[in-house]
Amino acid sequence: MNLAAVRAIYLFEMARWGRTLMQSVLSPVLSTSLYFVVFGAAIGRRISEIDGVPYGAFIVPGLIMLSVLTESISNGSFGIYFPRFTGTIYEVLSAPVSPLEIVLGYVGAAATKSIILGLIILATAALFVEVRVLHPFWMLSFLVLTAASFSLFGFLIGIWADGFERLQVIPMLVVTPLTFLGGTFYSLSMLPPFWQTVSMFNPIVYLVSGFRWSFYGVADVGIATSLAAIAGFFVLCLVVAWWIFRTGYRLKA
Amino acid sequence: MTRIISISGLSKTYASGFQALKDINLDIHRGEIFALLGPNGAGKTTLISIICGIVTPSQGTITVDGHDIVRDYRHTRGLIGLVPQELSTDMFETPWATVSFSRGLFGKARDPAVVERVLKDLSLWDKRDQRIMTLSGGMKRRVLIAKALAHEPKILFLDEPTAGVDVELRKEMWALVRGLREQGVTIILTTHYIEEAEEMADRVGVVSKGELIVVEDKARLMKKLGKKELTLHLASPLAAIPEALATRGLTLNGDGSRLVFTYDRQAERTGITALLSDLSAAGIRFTDLDTSESTLEDIFVGLVRSAP
Repeated sequence: MNLAAVRAIYLFEMARWGRTLMQSVLSPVLSTSLYFVVFGAAIGRRISEIDGVPYGAFIVPGLIMLSVLTESISNGSFGIYFPRFTGTIYEVLSAPVSPLEIVLGYVGAAATKSIILGLIILATAALFVEVRVLHPFWMLSFLVLTAASFSLFGFLIGIWADGFERLQVIPMLVVTPLTFLGGTFYSLSMLPPFWQTVSMFNPIVYLVSGFRWSFYGVADVGIATSLAAIAGFFVLCLVVAWWIFRTGYRLKA
Repeated sequence: MTRIISISGLSKTYASGFQALKDINLDIHRGEIFALLGPNGAGKTTLISIICGIVTPSQGTITVDGHDIVRDYRHTRGLIGLVPQELSTDMFETPWATVSFSRGLFGKARDPAVVERVLKDLSLWDKRDQRIMTLSGGMKRRVLIAKALAHEPKILFLDEPTAGVDVELRKEMWALVRGLREQGVTIILTTHYIEEAEEMADRVGVVSKGELIVVEDKARLMKKLGKKELTLHLASPLAAIPEALATRGLTLNGDGSRLVFTYDRQAERTGITALLSDLSAAGIRFTDLDTSESTLEDIFVGLVRSAP
């Protein structure tokens, strides 16, 4: 294995992130703080508790997941799209690196950034509400698995996209709406039965639910189902990545 | 000479149906400078891209240092450095960061001393911490060369290395290429500047419409296909070539003031002595004479025009 190449790609991507900390970290932290002000303070006064958890604390896992999902996709897609856009991808394609090493470098860096961001948002949330983590191991497991899966998903979008507009289409029109409708700000039990059934088709529900369980021990769906859903999504993305490198789709003529 | 690259039956047809390469067979010798010439769209960059792993071939096999480029890609790519035609750079990075990245990408351990040497060799040391976007076109070209040399390759592909580079820098690059050759690096370059190939190449290959129409030692090619011309500047212009000289194959140029005689300098008899006698007998006087030889460019243009 060409570990030097994985390290080079990883550190190069992390250094790029370091140069744009304002945009990469401060912006999501500010947005999350605003969610706390609007949802936690304003709406939270009308909804005191959900499943025995104060509303302000209840929305914390969902808000972390919202940021981790969007940032993972954004980091993963931009990391590979930018070299394609500038033409510097030639160097990666002509280097003695395997597809797995390329994915490890780019997706590893994108996931690391998202995990750091998730932890920063958790720390920020602790300034507003009392947050407890019942199952720290599972909390970290969900965080890592979600960041890795969606960074890989973003990586695939970055290869598929043929312009900056397309780079934004799936995150804006699919992922963000699904996240908002995935139980970030409410429990599924608050919905009418029909919408509860519809929500079961939203993959984000399983992520938010599992992540919230690791905090407060309450969940809309079983923890095993949540884990299976995110693991299944990760495997699906791996299969698509394998196909892309095997066929050279959008990478090689 | 041992061969370091061997290309056999290589063809490439793009998804659009355009056939960029047709049954290319070529051996590159270890330690030589090989110039690949051809008009735009001839297939030079496609050929280089396939060897480097950027483009997938439709047919044929390529070995580098005896290893198949698909099966043993780690070994073959590790030997190759590529300087692309386009100025594709990490514009927000510094030369130091991007050259260090290239070294790691090719599996080499961090070695600041090597990066420093490469940057100094390319006169980039003073600019090492400047963002690439602030550098001139020529400097960006140097950065690309530095990136290609960061992992100390044994084979260097230079795709139009001096395009858009001023004369001074071009000469510096020629010196650099010669220095690399002296270190044993095999160099394959494509260029639009034929004088570059004439100046540097040991062998020349001409690609036209996806076919390799000539591969020849440069000196032999120039001897074989080159022509020599004798130009006589006449004392009085002629309206037409006189009957007595009609069989000499002369052409009349410059409003009838110059007679041009083409001859083969390798031939036993060039025909110059006989021509001068005939001119004297016909009463044609000349005030000056000069000779000239075909350049590689003349030969190249002739080859490409005559290609099917």
